[in-house]
Amino acid sequence: MKLLTCPMNGIRPLSEFIFGGEYRVAPNQDTCTDAEWAAFVHNRSGAPGDKKEWWYHTPSGTWFIAERNTLTDKVSRTYLHGTNNNVVPAQEEEGK
Amino acid sequence: MPLRLLKFALAKDHPAPRFFKSHETPKKSYDVVIIGGGGHGLAAAYYLAKDHGITNVAVLEKGYIGGGNTGRNTTIVRSNYLTPEGVNFYDASVKIYEGLSEELDLNLFYSTRGHFTLAHTESAMRTMRWRAEVNKHVGVESRVVGPDEIAKACPQLDLSCSGQAPILGALFHAPGSVARHDGVAWGYARGADRLGAEIYQNTEVLGIDVKNGKVCGVKTNKGYIETKQVLSAVAGFTPRITEMVDLETPIVIHPLQACVTEPVKPFLDTILVSGSLHVYVSQSSRGELVMGSSLDPYEVHQTRSTLDFVEGLTSHMLDMFPFLSNIKVVRQWGGMADMTPDFAPIMGKTPIEGFYLDAGWGTWGFKATPISGKTMAETIANDSAPDLIHSFRLSRFEDYELTGEKGAASVGH
Ligand SMILES: Cc1cc2nc3c(=O)[nH]c(=O)nc-3n(C[C@H](O)[C@H](O)[C@H](O)COP(=O)(O)OP(=O)(O)OC[C@H]3O[C@@H](n4cnc5c(N)ncnc54)[C@H](O)[C@@H]3O)c2cc1C
Repeated sequence: MKLLTCPMNGIRPLSEFIFGGEYRVAPNQDTCTDAEWAAFVHNRSGAPGDKKEWWYHTPSGTWFIAERNTLTDKVSRTYLHGTNNNVVPAQEEEGK
Repeated sequence: MPLRLLKFALAKDHPAPRFFKSHETPKKSYDVVIIGGGGHGLAAAYYLAKDHGITNVAVLEKGYIGGGNTGRNTTIVRSNYLTPEGVNFYDASVKIYEGLSEELDLNLFYSTRGHFTLAHTESAMRTMRWRAEVNKHVGVESRVVGPDEIAKACPQLDLSCSGQAPILGALFHAPGSVARHDGVAWGYARGADRLGAEIYQNTEVLGIDVKNGKVCGVKTNKGYIETKQVLSAVAGFTPRITEMVDLETPIVIHPLQACVTEPVKPFLDTILVSGSLHVYVSQSSRGELVMGSSLDPYEVHQTRSTLDFVEGLTSHMLDMFPFLSNIKVVRQWGGMADMTPDFAPIMGKTPIEGFYLDAGWGTWGFKATPISGKTMAETIANDSAPDLIHSFRLSRFEDYELTGEKGAASVGH
């Protein structure tokens, strides 16, 4: 991956982006156990596969979601959080 | 040596001794199965046999031995860490390394160079002082030095770094060394093989059988193997193995890249690391400059290497050594670093009976190869981890007892 599609600014070089980690949903703090909370704080789904991730476009200050395969490093789509229907097509990888 | 070579050349059938026996297919069962024929897995097999007399052991390697991060690292060995637990642990490893060529009867080219961690800012100086004090307290030779001493050890270094990031001082660690990384894997493989362990290359673990919370066997591309004890020593593949037993860990995989230049006349005696410039460099016994940088910024399960990396690294190298501008980079590569949130490894027992983990070696595990092999062997033999690795247990995360090594590990491997 050398280019990434920002949902606001279109295709931009990867150097303009910061990886924000996997998109995760916190357990309910009032009802979860201490062990569940510790697992949420520390553990990650480290195995390769299709993942939903936070990415940040630095020059425009845009946080968004990218769906990416961490084994092939191919992005299937990117969109602003909460606007899942408004899909922006991801870039074709160069030379492939 | 030339005479020995001549003997081989004249012999009809090739008599060169193999390093370890090749066995056809694995047996039906073993006392211990080790997944991963990197330095760590092979060292564990060696110490299981040598220290504990456990020889009914199979090491299963999906590719060739040492082909993982063991053969991809920049071979820096040091013990100048930040936490007393880390310093003690890595110091024990350095001590084994110092006598390892003799013990394994193989020249590992273990070469003690001295290691400078350069500081370009006041806050970096503060971390250096902190590390020096912790190191001295534990009995490890580290001290803060000024620019004069750095210039004496390495007169070619531009102390102003092109005026970009003047060097204020450094943490000097005399025991800092480099070694031949593949030699470490091959030496341990031969040692383990001679003592009775069996090594299988091209043998991939595809699943781990767990019944009632206990390990009972592994599925491989060469059939099913019964065993009650499994050690996972697969570095960048750890999340794929822990997924097989439904074990959650904090490990995430980021690529780490390195490269070497064409060989040049020896000029760099020491190992230099700069956190601010994201560079570390040493000169190999062949004359190549072996260089690396910081971790790739996002998760990828690949060993690809990028132009971005070489461009960034070499521009910083030129800040330090402007005269290298005509020297060519001849090889670049990547490995998969198994990163933990506190930059300390994850070692020892797990909630699954008979499943042991040696992982979280990120960018820093080559130096730990001997001691991790030794302590994991002890853990398996006694089904209980020795005190030396207590702070590295998986359950430290649940206990919120992290072992914060980031200040000593983020660029300097
Ligand atoms: C570029 C780079 C530079 C580094 N520099 C340094 C340094 O200067 N100093 C330092 O101390 N550390 C350094 N490191 C870190 C160090 O290389 C590693 O932490 C260490 O080598 C890990 O050794 P290992 O034996 O645990 O893993 P590896 O050598 O990676 O071995 C794991 C093996 O497991 C095998 N495997 C995986 N899955 C399976 C399966 N399912 N079945 C069978 N086999 C399997 C793999 O093929 C592999 O051979 C660096 C790493 C990289 C990538």
